[in-house]
Amino acid sequence: MKILSIACLLFASVAFAQPRYSDSGPEPLLARVVEHIEQNQWDKALQQLDALIKAYPNFRLAHLIKGDLLLARARPLKSFGEGGSGLATQDKVADLREEVIARLKAYKNKPATNAIPRYLLQMRSDQKHAVVVDTQKSRLYLYRNDNGTPRFVADYYIAHGKLGTDKLREGDKKTPVGVYHVTASLPRQKLTDFYGSGAFPISYPNEWDKRMGKNGHGIWLHGTPSDTFSRPPKASDGCVVLANQDLDDLSKSLQIGLTPVIISSSIEWLSLDDWQAERASLLKMIDEWRRDWESLDTDRYARHYSKKFQSAEQNLTEWVEHKRKVNAGKSWIKVETRNVSMFRNPGKDEVVVITFEQDYQSSNLSNIMKKRQYWIKEEGRWKIASETAA
Amino acid sequence: MMTFSPLHSLAFAASLLLMTAVHADPLQDIGKLIKQGQHAQALDQVDKYLSNRPKDAQGRFVRGVILTEMNKTGEAVAVFQKLTEDYPELPEPYNNLAVIHAQQKQYEKAKQSLEMAIRTHPSYATAHENLGDIYARMASQSYDKALQIDSSNSSAQTKLSIIRDLISVAARPVPRTDPSTPAKPVIAEPKPVAQVVEPKPLEPKVAEPVAPPKPVSSSSEVTKAVENWAASWSKKEVNSYLAHYAKDFQTPGGVSRATWEKERKQRIAKPGELRVDVENLHITTESSDKATATFRQHYRSAAFKTSSNKVLNLVKRDGKWLIKQERVGK
Repeated sequence: MKILSIACLLFASVAFAQPRYSDSGPEPLLARVVEHIEQNQWDKALQQLDALIKAYPNFRLAHLIKGDLLLARARPLKSFGEGGSGLATQDKVADLREEVIARLKAYKNKPATNAIPRYLLQMRSDQKHAVVVDTQKSRLYLYRNDNGTPRFVADYYIAHGKLGTDKLREGDKKTPVGVYHVTASLPRQKLTDFYGSGAFPISYPNEWDKRMGKNGHGIWLHGTPSDTFSRPPKASDGCVVLANQDLDDLSKSLQIGLTPVIISSSIEWLSLDDWQAERASLLKMIDEWRRDWESLDTDRYARHYSKKFQSAEQNLTEWVEHKRKVNAGKSWIKVETRNVSMFRNPGKDEVVVITFEQDYQSSNLSNIMKKRQYWIKEEGRWKIASETAA
Repeated sequence: MMTFSPLHSLAFAASLLLMTAVHADPLQDIGKLIKQGQHAQALDQVDKYLSNRPKDAQGRFVRGVILTEMNKTGEAVAVFQKLTEDYPELPEPYNNLAVIHAQQKQYEKAKQSLEMAIRTHPSYATAHENLGDIYARMASQSYDKALQIDSSNSSAQTKLSIIRDLISVAARPVPRTDPSTPAKPVIAEPKPVAQVVEPKPLEPKVAEPVAPPKPVSSSSEVTKAVENWAASWSKKEVNSYLAHYAKDFQTPGGVSRATWEKERKQRIAKPGELRVDVENLHITTESSDKATATFRQHYRSAAFKTSSNKVLNLVKRDGKWLIKQERVGK
């Protein structure tokens, strides 16, 4: 019996959840091809593959599976992509094998509609969308801001750094993990074919990255060269790479300087209730910080700051002394925070990034500025570890 | 890569010889001309032959084969096409149509023709083998696209088996003409196709083996020997592989037999899969105990893949064909 045993082995472990067709990508067809192979319905599998190839002519993965299906009629196959797997091509076959696993796993294990990535604590009202990337799943999720509640819109297959995540150094071929935003839009005309239909640089390294000593630059969301529909899961020098049609789709939702792009190695999901609870407690904390500042009681105010606090030039002691002097010269302070956005930093360390417009008025000085704070958990309490103009 | 049936040329030769045994047939002379590569003359002869009997299936078929050999593809297609229309129950014209389509890389068409050939005769081995090869080639095209490689050079060299004669039809229901034990000449007698179509049950005596004409026997034995040699190599059966070499085998570089054997054993014993395929096998028998086998050798191991032209000089010793010299040919 000629069996594409690898296909069966690969996908037996992928749970068959009822699929939801939220995107127009190749996954639904690809999943059907594999189901037919599993059921030994080769002709049907081949028909679906031909439909898939018609829709995505440069989809190498589909061509590889077609090769297997055809070759299996000529002789028994033992492994995925066997007929194409020579010395020079075995890496390519391995890459495509990873791609098919990534695509189908993501397709068959979609997050529940009411689950929210933990990181999207609060979007500004003018932030229409947020992007969350899961590198382990090779997936990018797009969320819409529905009066403050993130709602799932679409998800796309992505490729990330050849050497994984947690970018640390220039040239380490890793994708950064953190909270960023889109900083620019580079149209196709300004780029080589390598970047496909366009590119959106993101704000790596951010203030927190720099504080952690991370460096490097030029992390983009971008498209795919014209000779292929997609790239293997781990293919880039650190960028997040989408199929051109997916990037085009996504670009309609991106606001330059505004749309958050949060990259995680493995997204944590919260139920709507848990998300509300976490969000409320953090908003309350910001409000306490604001009111304690207004109180002119420097010690009350200073309790919100971490021992590791670092402003541009000062450590915590210097900074508190400075505030004490400033407060002594004032009879009143009034602080308002507007357009607050709040995102949790992915990773094991608990870090929340808060960005807002600060309207500061006092008896002798007033100013309005955009501020960014990084709050960390210290002895069970949230404390500010970094505070800078944004 | 497929192993190709080298039987086509044998079946052809066999049929011609067997036919001679019965009565002189102009087609036999034409066959000789084809074998000598005198295609233009062969075409003249077959046209003459057909002028008296324009409907003769055998003659038309041979004409198609000649045109194919002459690369007059369009005309050859027309001949075989018409034959499939007039005799839809014959698998051979379908098979040959498929071979031509495959040469033109029209694999989908080739596949359809072969499926027709198999539909008419489900046990038709050559069509099955050719269909397998078509799938392998289509697979190769897909792999090229998947992996951005160009394997067109290697696949261009493979050739599907064209059927040279309608003999296999006449011989049915005997599954396959095996030239080493040919049935009695009577079955090789070209018959009007009408009779061929409804295969008569063969009388028992028909299946009795008779002493076959010598050259046929030799070349089929040599074919077997070469196939077994490649098979034992593929299966890494070192002893069986080495047993295919004559005692006085001329080792490469004139090293001692022991050194050569040791080196071969080491090579073949290397881990990983190994596959040696023989394609386009041509046998020339110089005498009853001397033959030359020329073919394309496809070698593939875990680490290495190559195709080359091989020439084996074989000698018959104690009823066994053994390799006396092995070299890479032109």
